[in-house]
Amino acid sequence: MTAAVFFGCTFIAFGPAIALFLFTIAREPLRVIFLIAGAFFWLVSLLLSSLVWFISVQISNKDSAAQQKGLLIFGVVLSVLLQEVFRFAYYKLLKKANEGLLTLSQEETMPISIRQLAYVSGLGFGFMSGAFSVVNILADSVGPGTIGIHGDSQHYFLSSAFMTMAIILLHMFWGVVFFDACEKQRWWALAAVILSHLLVSCLTFQNPEYVTSLVPTYVVLFLMGIWAFYTAGGSLRNLKLCLTCKDKDFLLANHRQR
Amino acid sequence: MNRSDSDEDSYNERTALVSSENPPLPFYRPDHDSTPSDYSPTRRTKVSHSVGAARGEQDGTGAVTDGETSQTPELEPDDEELTLKYGAKHVIMLFVPVTLCMVVVVTTIKSISFYTEKTDQQLIYTPFTENTTSVGRRLLNSVLNTIIMISVIVVMTIFLVLLYKYRCYKFIHGWLILSSLMLLFWFSFMYLREVFKTYNVAMDYPTVALLIWNFGAVGMISIHWKGPLPLQQAYLILVSALMALVFIKYLPEWSAWVILGAISIYDLVAVLCPKGPLRMLVETAQERNEPIFPALIYSSAMMWTVGMASPGEAQHSPHESDEEAEQSVRREEPESRQPMGVSEEEEDRGVKLGLGDFIFYSVLVGKAAATGGDWNTTLACFIAILIGLCLTLLLLAIFKKALPALPISITFGLIFYFSTDFLVQPFMDNLAAHQFYI
Repeated sequence: MTAAVFFGCTFIAFGPAIALFLFTIAREPLRVIFLIAGAFFWLVSLLLSSLVWFISVQISNKDSAAQQKGLLIFGVVLSVLLQEVFRFAYYKLLKKANEGLLTLSQEETMPISIRQLAYVSGLGFGFMSGAFSVVNILADSVGPGTIGIHGDSQHYFLSSAFMTMAIILLHMFWGVVFFDACEKQRWWALAAVILSHLLVSCLTFQNPEYVTSLVPTYVVLFLMGIWAFYTAGGSLRNLKLCLTCKDKDFLLANHRQR
Repeated sequence: MNRSDSDEDSYNERTALVSSENPPLPFYRPDHDSTPSDYSPTRRTKVSHSVGAARGEQDGTGAVTDGETSQTPELEPDDEELTLKYGAKHVIMLFVPVTLCMVVVVTTIKSISFYTEKTDQQLIYTPFTENTTSVGRRLLNSVLNTIIMISVIVVMTIFLVLLYKYRCYKFIHGWLILSSLMLLFWFSFMYLREVFKTYNVAMDYPTVALLIWNFGAVGMISIHWKGPLPLQQAYLILVSALMALVFIKYLPEWSAWVILGAISIYDLVAVLCPKGPLRMLVETAQERNEPIFPALIYSSAMMWTVGMASPGEAQHSPHESDEEAEQSVRREEPESRQPMGVSEEEEDRGVKLGLGDFIFYSVLVGKAAATGGDWNTTLACFIAILIGLCLTLLLLAIFKKALPALPISITFGLIFYFSTDFLVQPFMDNLAAHQFYI
């Protein structure tokens, strides 16, 4: 029973992300490196926000549960903002690196386009964010135990897995939209990404009422997905051609570097 | 073998050592006028290649030697681009084995409790116990342990350099082969025994003897003589993992962390200081126009140790000689590539990383996994080490000389271990308790 829960939740949480990784990223060394670097940047942002939260907890009143919860909410908001700051920092770094690569190389085109970088870095952020959120929970789901024995929700593992999947995919979409917004200097799009991230995180404050937190999250996921699709150059026509395998140019397997 | 060209070319600079490597093909591209500039980086990189290899001698930490950047005379139109592409490809060629080694160590630590059981038995190189009650005393003991350990490493390295200088090759070979015998047979037997104990598998001695005999014999052959490259790589990874597990078990808690820090500082000093034993080793080898011992370097490309009874990976846990053995292992084996044909030159150039690097990376991640049972810390250390390795390889491509592979990775790893353990962990625990997501 516990093994089934473990495997089920792992595949729910990481299935799409691992599939994306295997099919689109694993074969290109440069993309893998930028994915790991994206994960690293997310990690650093988490570190900084944890530091601030930790300091604030140390100077606060540890006995007051309300204050602790308030501090936690503050920590969440701060963490979201810091993640977006670090996404921007990563964008700047990648622009500089790309320029460097360009001057070094003899070719006129970059070995990896900014759109690919947006996708890869978003997925990197997503992987790390998802992993940090859910790995301990998955590890606990293997061991002996019963969920919700003290009256908490029975669906803890399952909802965590679904939430994690949503977060990973959302990070990927946010990455694509964010980088595109920075490229085209569309600051309203940037603000929209930050606000939607805040929205998704704040929705989780309502857990364990999963209906009110998961369903809107998935709605946001769907909308962000459509937005990212159009941002990345997709359209209904492309989609049709891709699904009916009519146009080789748009199949990712034949994706030429731009 | 068209080595004569490179021989003449390379004697001009102190590259007598590298002359035995595959010579750079004349880079003929009439329309490309950057040909001359291709040569010098090639040569410089080759120097650094061997220096790096020799540096690998010095301590268990690996020299990251990048054969690729020297192999710019390829038939691609844009060699800088190619260098970078090669760079990325070779970063991945190192990421994969490092990741595999860490995965093996973490899996073992999490499933087999033997390696995390506290024991009073300690290595003779860390004689001070950490079972004291006062923090100050414990810290003092761990620093003393570290000093002893590092001095043992330095002394052994100097001893190895002296042996090499006075041409006691048989002694070195014998020592390394003995060490690798012990590692491949005795330590893998111990590991197998613990696995059987954990999973409560009933096993008889004759079967175990057969298994261990086969494992060890094939390992000795593939590492010291000829064998398929993937098999050799797999054995090197397994051997590094075994070594790392022994270190994790027998090094006391705080000593392990201080040792990790100290050895990365030592690595930095040993590589960048002109008076290190490693440099002496390289210069001696260059004077004699000999390759340094091939051995415990993990090579991601084809490498045939033809006619070279390469000293094995002397690793035995109780002896710091591992470090030296590894270091000797680090050395480049340029000659081994001679039998390759021209068409295979591209395959020859792999990136090389010393096994000591594998070991210390795995020790760091393994200790992160062992203490606390928290996966976030393990993940954070893993990513930190990979990023450190990536940065080191980037620096290697920029500076084109041998660099220590330990300092950056271990520094990042240590920073992330302590900060994740103390700062991030409480935060994430609280978030998980309320099921908040960031």
